[in-house]
Amino acid sequence: MFPTARNLLRASSRVDINVLVPIKRCIDYAVKIRVNPDGKGVDTTVKHSMNPFDEIAVEEAIQLRDTKNKGLVESITALTIGPQKATDTLRTALAMGADKAIHVQVGDQHNVEPLQVAKTIKHFIDRDKYELVLMGKQAIDGDENATGQMLAGLLDCGQATFASELKLADGKATVTREIDGGLETVEGNLPMIVTTDLRLNEPRFASLPNIMKAKKKPIETIKEADLPVDLTNRLETIKVAEPAQRSGGQKVDSVDEVVSKIKEQGLI
Amino acid sequence: MSSQRYAAIRLYKELHRLGRDYPNPKYEFHRKLRSMYEKNSHLTDPHEIEQKLALGEYIKRETLSLISLAKYREMKRRYG
Repeated sequence: MFPTARNLLRASSRVDINVLVPIKRCIDYAVKIRVNPDGKGVDTTVKHSMNPFDEIAVEEAIQLRDTKNKGLVESITALTIGPQKATDTLRTALAMGADKAIHVQVGDQHNVEPLQVAKTIKHFIDRDKYELVLMGKQAIDGDENATGQMLAGLLDCGQATFASELKLADGKATVTREIDGGLETVEGNLPMIVTTDLRLNEPRFASLPNIMKAKKKPIETIKEADLPVDLTNRLETIKVAEPAQRSGGQKVDSVDEVVSKIKEQGLI
Repeated sequence: MSSQRYAAIRLYKELHRLGRDYPNPKYEFHRKLRSMYEKNSHLTDPHEIEQKLALGEYIKRETLSLISLAKYREMKRRYG
């Protein structure tokens, strides 16, 4: 075929996309959170699992590679910053279908802040070149909802937060975002940061054979000290408090009593 | 039949793995799983074993969707 300008453009825009999926090891969603006696943290000796929003991000990356954009996604890399045990979370991502993983090891009690996380992710993007970063909109423990936005700022590239649909075509990403009371569709050039909302997809459950296979996939482990990013926290947790207890209700015998009680409370 | 034996063991491992993520910790999934397996361990009729394996597969599918649904509902409750 004669290489017209349009064909050339189309050929050049069909690049292989490397996807980076930063994930976090959080206290499991089903666990009841207990505040430590010193009131400065929560009990972390409980069951942990991958942040559910990050699971959605991993699933989306896998769907892009396997079904939605077959042949377009070259590799999926999972990245985590966390204690030694965070390796389990990376293995879960690998068992779901990621190709390789990077683990930045930090101390057990070290909760790295969003800006430092974003700087670390930027370090790996500069090193390995990723065209798409898919991450959870927030973690269910810190609830900061900041890392994706900060990373887009540091990289000076587009960001699409709260994604409920993602399409890739011709070096562009089209993202439907969940906004108050509706949906908004945005489009931008890759590289781009996409943070996932709850309704993007239904994450799969890694099957047992895939869990076994994931044990052979490569994980690159990097110590905090070997990283050119300073992960020291700027904030100190002063106090953690449980939500206020619900005060008990009252039983009443008749309708009149209900009315008088409500009047007493000044509700009508 | 040994192929059924391996199928049963594989199913047990998968169910055991799922039990770890069962949303309600009071349900004692692992204990129930074990007692059901023990109850059926004497079966010899291949047809009957096939039925029990099918039941196990059904429980596996149901548990999987139960786990995803519980997680989705909890996330929806917290974040809308």
